Amino acid sequence: MNGEVAIITENITKKFGEFTAVDKLNIKIPKGSIYGLLGPNGAGKSTAIRMFCGVLTPTEGKGEVFGLDVYKDAEKIKQNIGYMSQKFSLYEDLTVIENLNFYADIYSIPKKVKNERIEDIINMAGLNGREKNITKTLSGGWKQRLALGCCLMHKPRLLILDEPTAAVDPVSRRIFWQIIYKLAKQGITILVTTHYMDEAESCDEVAFIFGGKIIGKGNPKKIIEEKNAKNLEDVFIKYVEEQTGEKVQSSFDKIKFIQS
Amino acid sequence: MNMSLRRLMTIVKKEFIHIKRDKASLGMAIMMPIVFIMLFGYAVNTDVENIKIAVMDTDHTVQSRELVSKFKNSDYFCPDVYVKSTKELEKLIDNGDVKAGIIIPSGFSKKIKTGKNPQMQLIIDGTDPTIARTALQNGMMLTEMYSVKIQEKELIKKGLNNNKSKNIDVRTRVWYNPNLESTKFTIPGLIGLIMQNITVMLTAFSLVREKENGTLELLIVTPIKSAELILGKMIPYIFIGSIDFLIALFFGSYLFQVPIEGSLFLLIVLGFGFVICSLAIGMLISTIAQNQAQAMQMTIFFILPSVLLSGFIFPMEAMPKLIQSAGYFIPLTYFLKILRGIILKGIGLNYLWKEVIILFNFGMILLIFASIRFKKKLD
Ligand SMILES: Nc1ncnc2c1ncn2[C@@H]1O[C@H](COP(=O)(O)OP(=O)(O)OP(=O)(O)O)[C@@H](O)[C@H]1O
Ligand SMILES: [Mg+2]
Repeated sequence: MNGEVAIITENITKKFGEFTAVDKLNIKIPKGSIYGLLGPNGAGKSTAIRMFCGVLTPTEGKGEVFGLDVYKDAEKIKQNIGYMSQKFSLYEDLTVIENLNFYADIYSIPKKVKNERIEDIINMAGLNGREKNITKTLSGGWKQRLALGCCLMHKPRLLILDEPTAAVDPVSRRIFWQIIYKLAKQGITILVTTHYMDEAESCDEVAFIFGGKIIGKGNPKKIIEEKNAKNLEDVFIKYVEEQTGEKVQSSFDKIKFIQS
Repeated sequence: MNMSLRRLMTIVKKEFIHIKRDKASLGMAIMMPIVFIMLFGYAVNTDVENIKIAVMDTDHTVQSRELVSKFKNSDYFCPDVYVKSTKELEKLIDNGDVKAGIIIPSGFSKKIKTGKNPQMQLIIDGTDPTIARTALQNGMMLTEMYSVKIQEKELIKKGLNNNKSKNIDVRTRVWYNPNLESTKFTIPGLIGLIMQNITVMLTAFSLVREKENGTLELLIVTPIKSAELILGKMIPYIFIGSIDFLIALFFGSYLFQVPIEGSLFLLIVLGFGFVICSLAIGMLISTIAQNQAQAMQMTIFFILPSVLLSGFIFPMEAMPKLIQSAGYFIPLTYFLKILRGIILKGIGLNYLWKEVIILFNFGMILLIFASIRFKKKLD
């Protein structure tokens, strides 16, 4: 459809039985950009991402990743993307180096460059000296940088990160995003979901998803202006209030037995 | 479909690391055949010996005591309890203290001496048919033999020795297991059954575990092919399964003194084939189940009926046709024939080729089916 986009979809839809998790989603992610997917729990972010990765088959609609069809060319798409799922999913009983070797071999990285690449990843993730540690024993920040390293192994053109910073401390979060910026500078397209609005504000473009639908998208700064809000968090809350027709407030008043 | 040896070996290596790090599971996999063979080998024994019986002897003669001692000298009975009344006898049988009772009425020896038919009563608790059948058959046989002997003696005394009755002399001969010991029949079957259960369980969880841990989602986005994944996951377990088979075979045949009459080499080769077959069944379960609990249920759903349908306990010939034909869809059925054929009868491929071909095809079809069933998708 377009040479300049990494992902483009047309009314892409995913149903689980009767339930529609992603409803006629239209999205266009330019190459080389950092694109943020925002929305409350259960909005359908992960489901949408899984369709782009070829993990789930869409129920309806069209979708292309680098001009490859999500129905027919799922296997080819997989060669071009690095995917970090929401749940940490490296082999916890393997050591750091065993996990890295595993991904290098699964992607058939040529033997000549394999060691060099693994070394680079270890340096990037700051895992020097921890190569022989069992992955389970690593702390959150390291685990997540190792996971990122594993999905960079085959030099993907598109990086899809599903809540990569959900379980890490602020320092690790900062380090992680510095890596993301560097990768973006090298021309890698990045699609990321997050619940942290400061992270979202540093995206080139964001899309808000609610109930499987996109309810607003664009450059974060512009959205804030348009919505006349203080920051993106305000925008997020305004969107949710518009959608549910209710003020976002705690229902604490309803728990009578604690107050009495 | 072009498989990559490198990717296949990567999966194999990873699985070996999982196994190596999970010492408890590995220990279980090795201990299971030993424990199961011993447990089941000793428990599944239909040779009933030392049945406790009560004796009510109201005759009190040499002959009646001789008859009781005949019971005692056979391995089947243990006539240690003496009672005075039928009431007492009834109570003992009701309690389950004895499984049978013999009542020798007064006048028993007199009848023998006068050449009349002596009478006695054998009362049997029929709740356990195996015990009851043994007691009935052997009790009848013992008394018959005894009365024939007595009557012959009497006849000799009376000088009527020479007109020996010309009965048909039937000589039966039982082959392969001349003493009809049930362990001989049970142990080869047990080896097969245990092998099936262990190996199916080894692989039934392998894919669902990754599904539950979320690692499957990452595998899905890699270039791995389903056949590489399925085969790669099976190969380490083929090793373990084969070791299990050797352990089961050794313990079964050594502990229970069941010698292997046929070719040990052939037995091991075919055992290896059967291991692959059952591992493929486990793998298929793993591709169907959504989580480990489901995998467990499916495994049980397969294992339990296979105990009966394969002819492990009851001969298939005694089952209704429909149930019999269900047995033909279980690889264990064929492996049991192979095991019993080679271990007990000492026969070789010239008799067993049909079973071998069927088993081979089963393995191939199951593997191909599992590979096709496993889609690189989560939905
Ligand atoms: N395999 C599935 N079968 C049935 N329903 C599903 C399945 N996967 C997701 N859903 C449902 O689809 C909806 C969207 O889920 P999804 O995981 O995409 O949300 P999300 O935006 O990623 O939320 P979160 O922020 O919690 O990760 C949820 O209501 C979820 O329960
Ligand atoms: Mg999610």
